[in-house]
Amino acid sequence: MLAQLPVTYRNEREYPFCPGCGHGLVLNALNRALIESAADPKRTVLVTDIGCQGLSDQYFVTHAFHGLHGRSIAYATGIKLVDPDLNVIVLMGDGGAGIGGAHLLNAARRNIGLTVLVFNNFNFGMTGGEHSVTTPTGGVTTTTRSGNLERPLDLCATVVVNGAGFAWRGTAYDKDLADVIVEALQSRSFALLDIWELCTAYYVPNNKLTRTTLTTMRETVGMAAGVVGRAERPEYARALREAGASQAGQPALRPDPLVPIFASALDREFRLVIAGSAGGKVRSTARMVGEAAVLSGLWATQEDSYPVTVQTGHSLSELIFSPREILYTGIARPDALALVSEEGRRAAGHYLVALTPESWLFVTPQFVDLETPARKLVFDFDVTGVRGVKKHGALLLVSAALRVLDLFPLAACEAAIRRTQRSPIAEENLEIVRQGAAVVADRLGRGS
Amino acid sequence: MREFIDGATAIARGALDAGCDFFAGYPISPATPLLLHMIRELPKVGGVAIQAEDEIASISMCIGAAMTGARALTATSGPGISLYSENIGLAIMGEVPLVIVDAQRMGPATGGATTPAQGDVQFVRWGTSGGYPIIALAPSSVAECYSLTRRAFDLAERFRAPVFLLTDKAMCLSMSTVEIEQYERPPVRPRVQAPAAPSGDLGLRPEESFLPWRFDPLDRPPPFSAFGGAHIMRFTGSSHDEHGILTKDPVRVGQLNEHLWRKIADHASEIVLVRADLQPDARTLLVSYGITARAMAEAAQTARARGQRVSALTVQSLWPVPAHALLAAARGASGDAPVERMVVAELNLGEFRREVEREIYAWAARERRVAPEIVGLHRVDGELITPEQFLETIRA
Repeated sequence: MLAQLPVTYRNEREYPFCPGCGHGLVLNALNRALIESAADPKRTVLVTDIGCQGLSDQYFVTHAFHGLHGRSIAYATGIKLVDPDLNVIVLMGDGGAGIGGAHLLNAARRNIGLTVLVFNNFNFGMTGGEHSVTTPTGGVTTTTRSGNLERPLDLCATVVVNGAGFAWRGTAYDKDLADVIVEALQSRSFALLDIWELCTAYYVPNNKLTRTTLTTMRETVGMAAGVVGRAERPEYARALREAGASQAGQPALRPDPLVPIFASALDREFRLVIAGSAGGKVRSTARMVGEAAVLSGLWATQEDSYPVTVQTGHSLSELIFSPREILYTGIARPDALALVSEEGRRAAGHYLVALTPESWLFVTPQFVDLETPARKLVFDFDVTGVRGVKKHGALLLVSAALRVLDLFPLAACEAAIRRTQRSPIAEENLEIVRQGAAVVADRLGRGS
Repeated sequence: MREFIDGATAIARGALDAGCDFFAGYPISPATPLLLHMIRELPKVGGVAIQAEDEIASISMCIGAAMTGARALTATSGPGISLYSENIGLAIMGEVPLVIVDAQRMGPATGGATTPAQGDVQFVRWGTSGGYPIIALAPSSVAECYSLTRRAFDLAERFRAPVFLLTDKAMCLSMSTVEIEQYERPPVRPRVQAPAAPSGDLGLRPEESFLPWRFDPLDRPPPFSAFGGAHIMRFTGSSHDEHGILTKDPVRVGQLNEHLWRKIADHASEIVLVRADLQPDARTLLVSYGITARAMAEAAQTARARGQRVSALTVQSLWPVPAHALLAAARGASGDAPVERMVVAELNLGEFRREVEREIYAWAARERRVAPEIVGLHRVDGELITPEQFLETIRA
């Protein structure tokens, strides 16, 4: 707080507005409100929009932010989120309220503590008198020459129904405007003042609007005057910080070292592709296997592909294991392909045709007839007693595949599961890995 | 010690280690993981992260936050950059330190949301009105996702400008193994701060105590004072004088625009970054960046094992274009044995090749030399360029 507050928050510059324009009256009321509320100029930011009122930032001794058309509320939100104790006052026209409508709605929904003064003169004054979202029906503007066909937006009702803490409608000529601004500033909520004005350059000459008809027009369009809404809700900028406060000081995204405790005899790059369906744990299986490889002293990469849908369609994971750093992560020809589902088979068509007699193909019984030059092994997990064989197909098949391929010990998979997964999911997955591998042991035992 | 980690996590960690304390973003593949990371992690460091109502609000909030003293990050994909466009101009005009991650997708419009792509190289360069220098970095490994994010914050702070980190789905979402000790940790130097207000000065007249916008020297960003700070700060997207007051005075307007250009263009040598892997007497020079540079590196190893002589240049700063490094590589390791062929490989139809051609042909004309043949290796089918494709372009 300054030891000494200014006697006025206006600087010596004169307003640039047209004779009879209401903007200067609103700014004078704002000045009186800042004096009345003893605002610290260094803790006060005026955020102006584009249009004639957008020039207002130059006439005060407070901080000022003059950005792009319609975005003033969004800049003000960023300012308030960083420093929730600042007085952040948005000065915008009806034009800005229109183009920035999404920001207006969402600032109201959040109830972020901004004071928004809408200099509403029913048209675009700076660009030549075009209609705005608040032009009354029938209003004549340069773009509604035979009268506006659209209904005017009720700014106050809109923000109130969406959660604003304070909304008021009046005119630039209201004697209590400064008091209302003080109340808005003190409300610690999203506060919107819909301040009706005369645009003497365009709207007045085209529509015979006067101070008197400005008031009667409110009744014609059916919009309430005075305080339209007042509600107690948590202020968003403070609420957001409070919501996160309990996490302060926790370690943020620290490295998660994988210390090799197993060994691998792999002496070249090995490429494994798992092809299954979304929801079939393909990616989580691949992630676990990748970590297991790193726990075995290898380098690993994992690249997933999937359609934009979420719980439907294919899910494909490509894994590369190598004793050296892996540069290129694409796979043209897998050394081993695990087909878990029909969707996976369709998505892996280009891999299937690339297989050679040296390749491995691991499948479930549904693909028993699939012809391939590769060494094909069919595993039937229905015999394992694992519940939900389909759901766990990827982990079962990959566990079996790793048991056959012997790239690194299966114990590395178990270690990878234990280090990232919690009980009881970890126990369930450890059992699935054992069952998947056991099927191989049975087969090998039978000499297949 | 190693970790198994994706690029998005490395970018988020790079941002946190760079002191990032504000994030605003809107969900879009393949940039969404950054939104999720920052929403989860920023409260732990006392920062704020928000999912905004749209991309325009995302970057607007970041600009407001950055001018209130925050180190701000946002992340989106190409379609989101379209919506950022006007505010990128505001960030340039208002000298706003801001890091923007563009996780590119293939093709125009919605394009290929979940395929690797590099089609935004010229878009980020020229994506806002007015035509001003842009800084854009492109990591080609998960470790570089970390280090170049730190560097992006350093450049954003030092030059008070928006800085792009250009990446894509394959870089962001694919898991790699990284030696934790090998993460480079370039310094993040803070923006120059304004001096404290003189004692007894209310600081209400910046004209008397502090110039928030300074064009002398023309090539240096002005000292920074935050909203709510010691000095009254007037920020504007309009042509302005030193006080932040709108002006049409040709002298002031000229100074402002020259300043915005020169503060980056004059200091390009402090920004440009490449990784050069040059071989004496190489006949072919491969040039690439981002995810495509990984296949290039593998192809160079394979070619050399076959006895071919080949150089490879990984461009880490796409903007400004590292012209000197390109020329030096083209002129050969010894300086007087120019390569016969340059291959520029990228997941678009020649966006960066255009810059390489411009630099090399201008050099050849200047020096009255025969320029090397410059060929493009391009792919826009959603698949990565393979090492085999590189190998086919290398001269025996």
